[in-house]
Amino acid sequence: MRLRCPLCGERDRREFYYYGAEDYLHRPAADAALAEWDAYLHLRDNPAGVTRDLWYHEAGCSQWLLVTRNTVTHEISGVELVAERKA
Amino acid sequence: MRIDGKGLIDRTKPVRFRFDGKDYAGYKGDTLASALLANDVRLVGRSFKYHRPRGVLTAGSEEPNALVEVIGPKNQTPNVRATVQEVFEGLETRSQNRLGSLRFDLLAVNDLLWPFLGAGFYYKTFMWPRAFWEGLYEPLIRRAAGLGSLSGRHDEGTYEKAFAFCDVLVIGSGPAGLMAALTAGRAGADVILCEESHAFGGRILSDGGTIGGMPAGEWLAQVLAELEALPNVRLMLRTTVTGAYDHGTYGALERVGLHKPARPNLSRECFWRIVAKHAVLAAGALERPVAFPDNDRPGIMLASAVRTYLNRYGVSLGKRVTLFANTDQARAVARELMAAGVTVAAIIDPRPDAFSVEDCPVHVGGEVIGTRGRLGLTGITVRKGAETFEIETDCLAMSGGWNPTLHLTCHMNGRPRWDEDLAAFVPMEGAVPGLVAVGAANGSMSTHGALVTGHAAAVQAVQALGRKAPDLPLPEAEDRPYVLKALWAVEGKGRAWLDFANDVTTKDVKLAAQEGFRSVEHMKRYTTQGMAPDQGKNSNVAALAVLADATGRGIPETGTTTFRPPYTPVSIAAMGAGGRAEGFAPQRFLTSDQASRDRGAPMIEAGLWYRPSYFPKPGETTWREACDREVRMVREAVGVADVSTLGKIDIQGKDAGRFLDFVYTNTFSTLPVGRVRYGLMLREDGHVLDDGTSARLGEDHYLMTTTTAAAGLVMRHLDFVHQAFCADWQVRFISVTESWAQFAVAGPKARALVQSFLEETVDLPFMGVAPVRVGGVKGRLFRISFSGEEGYELAVPTRYGEALFRDLVARAETMGGGPYGMEALNVLRIEKGFITHAEIHGRVTAHDIGMEKMVSAKKDCIGKAAAQRPGLWGPEREQLVGLKASAPISAGAHLFVPGMEIHRETDQGYVTSVCWSPTLGAWLALAFLKDGRNRHGEKIRLVDHLRGIDVICEVCDPVFHDPAGEKLRA
Amino acid sequence: MRYSGLRVITEGLFGNRGWTPAWREPSPKAEYDVVIIGGGGHGLSTAYYLAKNHGITNVAVLEKGYLGGGNVGRNTTIVRANYFLPGNSEFYSHSLKLWEGLEAELNYNVMHSQRGLINLFHSDGQRDAFVRRGNAMINQGDDAILLDREGVREHLPYLDFDNTRFPIYGGLLHPRGGSARHDAVAWGYARGADKRGVDLIQNCEVTGIDIENGVVKGVQTTRGAIRAKKVGIVVAGRSSQVAAMAGMRLPIESHVLQAFVTEGLKPVINHVVSFGMGHFYISQSDKGGLVFGGDLDFYASYAARGNLPMVEHVMEAGMTLMPMIGRAKVLRSWGGIMDMSPDGSPIIDRTHVEGLYLNCGWNYGGFKAVPASGWCMAHLMATDQPHEVARKFRLDRFATGHLLDEEGTGSQHNLH
Repeated sequence: MRLRCPLCGERDRREFYYYGAEDYLHRPAADAALAEWDAYLHLRDNPAGVTRDLWYHEAGCSQWLLVTRNTVTHEISGVELVAERKA
Repeated sequence: MRIDGKGLIDRTKPVRFRFDGKDYAGYKGDTLASALLANDVRLVGRSFKYHRPRGVLTAGSEEPNALVEVIGPKNQTPNVRATVQEVFEGLETRSQNRLGSLRFDLLAVNDLLWPFLGAGFYYKTFMWPRAFWEGLYEPLIRRAAGLGSLSGRHDEGTYEKAFAFCDVLVIGSGPAGLMAALTAGRAGADVILCEESHAFGGRILSDGGTIGGMPAGEWLAQVLAELEALPNVRLMLRTTVTGAYDHGTYGALERVGLHKPARPNLSRECFWRIVAKHAVLAAGALERPVAFPDNDRPGIMLASAVRTYLNRYGVSLGKRVTLFANTDQARAVARELMAAGVTVAAIIDPRPDAFSVEDCPVHVGGEVIGTRGRLGLTGITVRKGAETFEIETDCLAMSGGWNPTLHLTCHMNGRPRWDEDLAAFVPMEGAVPGLVAVGAANGSMSTHGALVTGHAAAVQAVQALGRKAPDLPLPEAEDRPYVLKALWAVEGKGRAWLDFANDVTTKDVKLAAQEGFRSVEHMKRYTTQGMAPDQGKNSNVAALAVLADATGRGIPETGTTTFRPPYTPVSIAAMGAGGRAEGFAPQRFLTSDQASRDRGAPMIEAGLWYRPSYFPKPGETTWREACDREVRMVREAVGVADVSTLGKIDIQGKDAGRFLDFVYTNTFSTLPVGRVRYGLMLREDGHVLDDGTSARLGEDHYLMTTTTAAAGLVMRHLDFVHQAFCADWQVRFISVTESWAQFAVAGPKARALVQSFLEETVDLPFMGVAPVRVGGVKGRLFRISFSGEEGYELAVPTRYGEALFRDLVARAETMGGGPYGMEALNVLRIEKGFITHAEIHGRVTAHDIGMEKMVSAKKDCIGKAAAQRPGLWGPEREQLVGLKASAPISAGAHLFVPGMEIHRETDQGYVTSVCWSPTLGAWLALAFLKDGRNRHGEKIRLVDHLRGIDVICEVCDPVFHDPAGEKLRA
Repeated sequence: MRYSGLRVITEGLFGNRGWTPAWREPSPKAEYDVVIIGGGGHGLSTAYYLAKNHGITNVAVLEKGYLGGGNVGRNTTIVRANYFLPGNSEFYSHSLKLWEGLEAELNYNVMHSQRGLINLFHSDGQRDAFVRRGNAMINQGDDAILLDREGVREHLPYLDFDNTRFPIYGGLLHPRGGSARHDAVAWGYARGADKRGVDLIQNCEVTGIDIENGVVKGVQTTRGAIRAKKVGIVVAGRSSQVAAMAGMRLPIESHVLQAFVTEGLKPVINHVVSFGMGHFYISQSDKGGLVFGGDLDFYASYAARGNLPMVEHVMEAGMTLMPMIGRAKVLRSWGGIMDMSPDGSPIIDRTHVEGLYLNCGWNYGGFKAVPASGWCMAHLMATDQPHEVARKFRLDRFATGHLLDEEGTGSQHNLH
């Protein structure tokens, strides 16, 4: 498995740490209801198909990456920096 | 027997080897199988379940029968394919899976019991009486099962792993693969050509023929010469591509030294990870057996293998050969045998319209319905229409057609497609992104078809790479149509084997269908068909056909099982190369490592680090004596410990304080420059992630410390919080854990010891930090304590660490102090009630450890919201307490109310850390106890069943030593 | 048809012609009292115990592929009861007791073999953590024995005691731990359920769940609509997709776990050995193959196949711990789809839809749970009350914070 880091180029999966779905990016407001925090921390679409998830180039540039990826075929169709993500 | 004038073996290089204790001679270029056959050894193994006598069936890695143990000077290797293992001088081998000798295997009694040992029989019996399953039946089954043996000794062999990258990976070096490699190579692409066998050429080596108007062997030599000369082409012999993985990654196993006498440092195998932009699968096809009664005797062989042994190795399996085949192609072997002077008793062709004129009898429309010969074939029974007759023969060459070697195309869940004309599965296009199957692997069965498709795939690949395809004329070659009538099984009396290796017969498959195991997956699992060392290569399609027939469905509707990696079995040692001994994980050493070892300190693992356990002195016989002394030394004089393993993160920027406020529960933006503060960090789910101190070195400059265990975790966490939630803040950070060596100096004489190293007098308040100069080197001094005594941590750049440690220790010793290790460090912190990851084990909240007040009400922080969930606080949770006892107690023990029954429901908590305190003269523990903070002063019963400990303790505050903190601030 | 040694002999003498199908192949009826979605181990055992314990036999199990084709047929077959958190402890203890009577219960030899499980530890801290676990096991009424280094050597003399990267301090022996023949468990329950009248319907994929006014009415399938008074979702790695049909978003992420088996070998490993530092566990099957595995590949996946980095890591762990297996050859590797929950523990609960029940979140420890999972799910569906030993497996525990996090790794699905 290979990922194309926007800064470092295509690298082996061994260099990356996987966190989870992009949901982790959408942190609720500090005073949001606990239900919102529950959804943020735990509930997932978990699609069998295209998803966006978070990878960390731990043995590389230390950048968190937002990866568009198919969970059935493992095809990767996009990688962007979390810090510079569009939406 | 060896045939004069045939074969590619080097007859000038004879080789001696042994099989089952007997000496044999072969030639360089022989496999063990060919050399044994040349010596007329037909019986080479016993089958898995029935212990039937077995001989060589194939000439490749798909061999199900001829599995042997190779005995090396130091170890043995089980289940080696005799058809792959090359002979070399001194090769020692023996047969396996037998009780007694190969000729008289006592377990052959199983073969007589076959009516009771059919598919799934073990699910229906051995249940009564219950104790007999584990006591009697199972041990017997285990002993009878299995094939070869491991020695039980460590595998001390050398194995390697390597990465390779290329534009085009070509798998297989027959006509299709060679053409693909040549085309891509001439176009200038980086090419890797992998060949499983010990010579390039594929079927050219077995079948001969002509290519481009010249003998195929000559064409092969020309192409190889050109490929070898191309700097962009890498030829890899004895290399099997074993798996296709995501994004162009392939696994491959190279047999580096298995064909040579063992010598030190000769690598046995190398496991390759090949990353290829394009791949061409030119792995050919595998001939398939026909299931007729007693089709498993030594002397019965695939027709293509008979041809390989004849043409490549100069060996004939018999003196009087019979051919049973359903294709025109298979006739060639009979003609070549006759040309070589071997008698061909008959050709039996089940196709009613088959060609009948050969230089030997041809029985058109005939079928083999039985065979004879206990340890080797002596004759067969043939049925032709209504008549049956016997033929005396010592070798039966059989062919039921061919299956494309499409296994790699299934590794990423691709399902092959049934091709009615070929009566075989062919690869699904695009099943592995970037991989194209060509030649026989894709169902193009002629040499011409192989050349055309190999060339086309390479052209496609080089064009996709942006290169110009070379102008390469396609050589002419045979292009006969491949016509067959599918023949899977012949009806007749007795058992007809499908899966030779696992002893699965057509009866088993029919029984599975009869019992409702009609799905192909159920049939496979119920009968174990396809689960033997040949992974179903010889039997999957035929078993499927028999199942389809038994269930009244067609083959496409019945479906197929999936081929999974690896293509051929790969040794654990090869894929695990580098993992032996300390190679499994990196080792991290302190700068003081050698100094500690010099002092006789036993080093223990702390994560990946090694830290000194204690520093023994002459006369001390137990670790406790040393530990107690070191504790007293710190409490009474001064001790030195290397604490460099703690994570250190340098944080800078205008928003650094704000950032720390966000990741810590408490506030750091208000911390004055020159001061240090203890901080608590939560996970976003409200549990404690880590704790440590952070120092403010300048207005926009902090230094965070983490625990040893969580250093990497915290760094990753900070990066996430920053990049995900506040990427626009002016803050940057980097791990400097390995840049600084840091030493704790603790005890009443700590100040004097530290001061003696400093160039100027530094008077630090408790929780202060200052830049210092130590022997001309810029360092940092922190006044912090993990022991409860007045304590400092002195940090210098790593390269000065060892020198400073040796000096600190030497000078401490003049003051009645010295070094202390992890054991004493642990006692000191327990006495003071300081927690480590024994306490913050991931299920603990700030509330549990009595630090809920550290969660600032004035600001948001990571984990604050989720920590408010009702389950994360409250009296039903276990809270940190101290325990005191006068008898030995233990960590891992559970707590109960004295007098109450002991079971899960009455469990009150558990102990996390324990020590004997030389300071207090008592056993101390840190523990978690339900509603513990309200129970100080209570008696509690500590029970450790495993260690036989049952002690009444007193519940108390976790801070045992100097609760007011006067010593810290002295 | 009752199975026995005598039967095997009699049938053998008469050409094995008398064996009848292990289960029927019924067509789905228009309506059932209970529909179980998912014909894996948990779904089949649920159906079995609905019929056996509660007399509810008008039940259909709907399986989109073949019975037992999910994780029950692709795991490393370890059976143990060595959990330490209340909630898990009693559940797995109950499950192990059911395992111990499973052959007699099902009249099917599932080859449950209590060969003993040894969890190795490699530091004082790990020893204390395992002692805590072992004491919890004993408090629960199960068994655990603390072995020191020499004790481990007696059981497992082939480990590399001298050179392995993480020295062996000792081990926690769970004598009643062991392994079983995975497929047989699915088939045994299937046969038992079928015998009691349950319709096992294969190749029948559920495409929708019918809900009216908050009450479940049935399911839509590739073989037509089926009405049902109660519906249970027991689909492991596919839980999120099926629950979505009822408008639910689950605390589940699906991950791939690989496992491996070698060619057959004469007996060499008698125990189940677990090497936590290397995330490696191994046993030897009755057929002789070494069955072993490691950790998740760590990325969300439905591919049921993995990649080389974890394959190699697992092999490396094997080589540092027990280099005597180096020359065993890996025959086959495979991957399963794991329903990872945020605390590593399962969910057996009602849902917001009346009559719709959920059983999921088995992470990669579902095999040993099969008997108790079905037992408790059947109890829940029959009585509408959680079973005593599964009452902490609530769906809302993540919202309320009443977590069952044995690993202590927090709310990240792939870390359990």
